[in-house]
Amino acid sequence: MSTPNKPVKTTGRPVRALAILAVLVIGLLATALIQGATSVRLGLDLRGGTSVTLQPRASNASNKITSEAIDQAVSIIRQRVNSLGVAESEVTAQGSGTNRQIVISVPGDSGRRVVDLVGQTAELRFRQVLAESSALTANDTSTAATPASGVSPIINAKFAALNCADPASRQGTGADAPTDTIVACSRSGASKYILGPAEVLGRQVSKATAGIDQQGASGWYVLLTFNGEGTKAFGSITARVTTLASPQNQVAIVLDGLVVSAPAIREAIPSGNAQITGSFTQTEAQDLANVLKYGALPLAFDRGEVQQVSPTLGSDQLHAGILAGALGLGLVLLFSLLYYRALGLVTVGSLAIAGTILYLLFLVLGKSIGFTLTLAGIAGAIVSIGITADSFIVFFERIRDEAREGRSLRSAVESGWLRARHTIIVADTVSILAAVLLYFFAVGGVRGFAFTLGLTTLIDLLIVFIFTKPIVTVIAKWNFFASGHPLSGFSEKSIGRKKSSTPLEA
Amino acid sequence: MAKISGLGGRLYSGETSFNIVENRKRWYSVSALFILAAIAALVIQGLHLGIEFKGGASYTVNQPTATVAQARSAVAGIGIAGEVIVQKIGTSKVRVQTGAVTPAQSQAIETALTTTFGVTAESIDTQLVGPSWGKEITRKALYGLFAFLLAVMLFLAMAFEPKMAIAAIVAVVHDVLITVGIYALVGFDVTPATVIGFLTILGYSLYDTVVVFDKVRENTKSVAANSKMTYSQAANLAVNQTLVRSANTSLIALLPVASILFVGAGLLGAGTLKDLSLALFIGLAVGTYSSVFIAPPFLAQLREKEPAMQALAKRVAARGGAAPAAQTQEVRTSTGSGPRNQPKRKGRK
Repeated sequence: MSTPNKPVKTTGRPVRALAILAVLVIGLLATALIQGATSVRLGLDLRGGTSVTLQPRASNASNKITSEAIDQAVSIIRQRVNSLGVAESEVTAQGSGTNRQIVISVPGDSGRRVVDLVGQTAELRFRQVLAESSALTANDTSTAATPASGVSPIINAKFAALNCADPASRQGTGADAPTDTIVACSRSGASKYILGPAEVLGRQVSKATAGIDQQGASGWYVLLTFNGEGTKAFGSITARVTTLASPQNQVAIVLDGLVVSAPAIREAIPSGNAQITGSFTQTEAQDLANVLKYGALPLAFDRGEVQQVSPTLGSDQLHAGILAGALGLGLVLLFSLLYYRALGLVTVGSLAIAGTILYLLFLVLGKSIGFTLTLAGIAGAIVSIGITADSFIVFFERIRDEAREGRSLRSAVESGWLRARHTIIVADTVSILAAVLLYFFAVGGVRGFAFTLGLTTLIDLLIVFIFTKPIVTVIAKWNFFASGHPLSGFSEKSIGRKKSSTPLEA
Repeated sequence: MAKISGLGGRLYSGETSFNIVENRKRWYSVSALFILAAIAALVIQGLHLGIEFKGGASYTVNQPTATVAQARSAVAGIGIAGEVIVQKIGTSKVRVQTGAVTPAQSQAIETALTTTFGVTAESIDTQLVGPSWGKEITRKALYGLFAFLLAVMLFLAMAFEPKMAIAAIVAVVHDVLITVGIYALVGFDVTPATVIGFLTILGYSLYDTVVVFDKVRENTKSVAANSKMTYSQAANLAVNQTLVRSANTSLIALLPVASILFVGAGLLGAGTLKDLSLALFIGLAVGTYSSVFIAPPFLAQLREKEPAMQALAKRVAARGGAAPAAQTQEVRTSTGSGPRNQPKRKGRK
């Protein structure tokens, strides 16, 4: 078969495009090797671990949710999580501006400890006890009968109504404003208190360590060291209350709105040290010391979602994802080969290259931006096999359309490409728009899905431009395709062109 | 396969033609029926929301010998308010779902399950969801939905034409409504993964619609100058010419989704993969329908209202012969006369 006399205008240079692709793949491979990325970073749902999503909530009028407050909270939570010493734990803020959630992921099985540790606001305050009662039931009137000096009837009524037996009262809200007189339950729920305004605050603590009482009397405790301001304030409150009658000679240590302990002060403490006891276990004491050391969170947080995935389920999900991917890919390739014959091989090649680039990107992004592949991400990648293959179909069908108009294969490839290109760009842009918006409006797993979907759509665009089109341009010159061999996918029968008298290169 | 390819050729030349645009009332009625059923199902039954939306806790024990009755009696004594759902998942797992629990109750449930089934606490897959969490993700999903529709509408209005953008969005809303309706009707669980599925359908459905509209735009570019076909006829030809393409792209998109559904439901029993792929599977099927039967007829209807297009329709009618689409037969294979309503070559670049 002779080549057509009229030169067909070729868009782009196929060899150069393929060379760019080769450089790109080799570059990615080299980057991955240099980074030492040998395996894709898997999300917790694929290898087991705990993830906690925290929703910020302004705990009182003075601390509004600001972007800075969230950033600060992330760094404090990160310090707390790191103090656990679990490798590869992660703390990130997801979303945009003030509308962000904080997502904490810790692999392995230290889940429950993480959950307890990260959510605490850890707003520490020292307040003078004005009244104490160990009556737990609500509407206990005995305490209201003897109102402490300086306590308003409203507070008294609140105190009487407070039911510390109700777990809801012991949630710990961190909502106490420092200047208010408040009512609070003890952590155990055994007593309730009316407390004066806060006189020493958590931010005046410069150091916190856990220690054990060698005599074993009070077990584990947390030793606080105040800064200069704190030392003065703590000295003055302890000096003032020593002379008062019980219970007003007690200073309550309030953490997140709950009384940890309320020791009676026997003498003024000017040294700038205070000890918190409260029948802690070693872990509790250490965690509390860490929490206090790294400071209070500027915001209160609601636990949005806590998810603990066992390693068994993780590996099951990973295998299921891989199996589904292999099955889906196999079916798509089978369909392409059956329908497009030899041309389907181009689809096979394109998908193979797209897959290689995607895998290399997973490796590189895992190292450089901490990308982790989750189950939803795998689903996104599998779904995108279809989207990627769609682009090839649009292109191939366009070529067939042009061939039906009586063009030679080479000319059909070029004019078909011009039209298919527009369709593919518009359709892929819509896909990318969807992925970008999903990414910014979603939390957790949805983001993983959106990220891979967007990434694969970009890869699809790239592959169509610098692999599929150039390859088709090249093979269109081959006799096998240009002559319309029955297996080429361009036979007159498969194109469905009736008049077969004119040769293809008309 | 060759047969289908041959069909592609006949559809392209107009030899074989389905009167899709002309019969729009039929498709509208079918869709209206589905949408009414969807709305009725939503109002009467509502969606079956997962704990991610209602708040609550879920514990999955992986122990082949575990039975539902054992799990139920294990957690019975804890005194959890509200309904406790205990299910067998796949062959080796039992899942306990409760309403909102306090951390102490959660701890008690885990302890009860570990002692009953002799497993470690770490091997129990747990999920705790705060009561306000569902509202938060729903709100975000809705923001995402509206932002997406707006952005796509603007983009398509620029890339194509404003009326195409409107028709595409109508088709998308149609798809989401019907898919959500099917969920309400059948009572499938709606989880965040399902919502991802719903949102992804938007992109998919639009992909198909974009392919068809690109051809419509090409065919109708110079339709007014040629006076050979009305806008509807030119649009119908475009739908027919892209029919094989739509069928193929939908099938190819459906194959991986079906694989995920098969593996997710078959191997894992429940979870992200199943929820996501089920929503996609249903949405994809509906989306293929709408990109062929709803979006192009609706577009044609919008465009035919324009004075220029009405004038064109009159000119074409006056010419007589060139209005074959008036026939009501769905499939019409002409044997002799060859291509009839092929677009003018001049109109193409």
